[in-house]
Amino acid sequence: MQYVKPLVGKIKPTPFNIITGAIIIMGIFLTIARFAGGLGTVTNLDNNNPWGLWIGFDLLCGVALAAGGYVTSATCYIFGLKRFHSAVRPAILTAFLGYALVVFALNYDVGRPWRLPYPVFFSQGTSSLLFEVGLCVFLYLNVLFIEFTPAVLEWLGLKRARDIVMKLTLVLTIFGVVLSTLHQSSLGALFLIAPSKLHPLWYSGYLPIYFFISSIFAGMSMVIFEGSLAHRFLHDKMDETHLSESQGVSMGFAKAASFIMMGYLGIKLIGLAIDNNWHHLFTGWGAWFLVELVGFVALPSFLYAIAARDKNLKLVRVASVLAVLGVVLNRLNISLVAFNWHLPSSQRYFPSWMEIATSIFIVTLGVVFYRFITTHMPVLYEHPDYRHDH
Amino acid sequence: MHTIFYTLHDFMVHTKDITYLIMGGLLIALPLFWVFLTGKDEKGKTY
Repeated sequence: MQYVKPLVGKIKPTPFNIITGAIIIMGIFLTIARFAGGLGTVTNLDNNNPWGLWIGFDLLCGVALAAGGYVTSATCYIFGLKRFHSAVRPAILTAFLGYALVVFALNYDVGRPWRLPYPVFFSQGTSSLLFEVGLCVFLYLNVLFIEFTPAVLEWLGLKRARDIVMKLTLVLTIFGVVLSTLHQSSLGALFLIAPSKLHPLWYSGYLPIYFFISSIFAGMSMVIFEGSLAHRFLHDKMDETHLSESQGVSMGFAKAASFIMMGYLGIKLIGLAIDNNWHHLFTGWGAWFLVELVGFVALPSFLYAIAARDKNLKLVRVASVLAVLGVVLNRLNISLVAFNWHLPSSQRYFPSWMEIATSIFIVTLGVVFYRFITTHMPVLYEHPDYRHDH
Repeated sequence: MHTIFYTLHDFMVHTKDITYLIMGGLLIALPLFWVFLTGKDEKGKTY
């Protein structure tokens, strides 16, 4: 394996490069259109629907799916399950890129990027949930950045600086878990302000708990899903340790995710019972709610359980895709589909193609950065100088 | 299925009845699911 590679090699016209290049060029044009022409130029947002796809997908799904960072580092460093060690760096990288792109995408929605530091440094709205979310995301992004710096410092050969940062690992992990618990739940709590707008099947006083619990299995499923993609496309970048530990990581997370998803299903039932919403289950909305709950929570949970019992890695990967899709579906249902459900269809929101294309552009940026970093830095392999360092 | 409640007390009694039944069911179902999940594990392994 070659450890040091040129920063930018010759870009070959592979299908991946052509497609990502086209998406990035389109994204640049859309960015210019959004910031030059305003929200109305590229979005279908209006006063009834001020939060659209960029909040529902880029922010809510982005934050939930980036939960693999705190879940994996807590598993390894707090619960002491060292066999998950090889999964920590890829998970931290995914989380860091996820959060960085959440903040990047937020600029598209709120505009005026130079005002972004204001809620944290100049005008703190301490009674606002949005302030709490903003502060946590700001702090957690910094925590993730510091957590990832050892990989960068190993790549740059700065051994002393790397050793200093490595001493902070446990403190950063604890900080990450605390901040994630706070803002993952607060994202759900944002919707508590709109009981009349969100459909009763999705609205619940337990929304913050639902968001937090679902972020745990979302993070685990994302680590499994991302691991299977890395195996498929970045196999040559992985060393023996990563290759041999990856099955144990997938099986361990599959089992944990399965049990947590069953628990999540249980508290969703309790939410239905405590608000007496059973009669809604027999409507069209109820059918859609059951698709989400049975098809994308109960089913992947059961598949995970079968796969963990039989040590069936293929089934674990199938279940992880379903679980990830389930979390995306849940966040989109809460923020878009079941939001303003009582409005006539003519006043309902549906994202414009430019909003969808901007979201695709942002996801593509994440994939390109992930590929660049894993190609150059010791993420999927251990740097030879630090192989026995943990 | 859609019962009419005339007082908040009636509503609370009804919903809490169902909720406690579900919680009791979960207390039985989740350990059973855990037994199913770990049924084929080798001894000494935690996953």
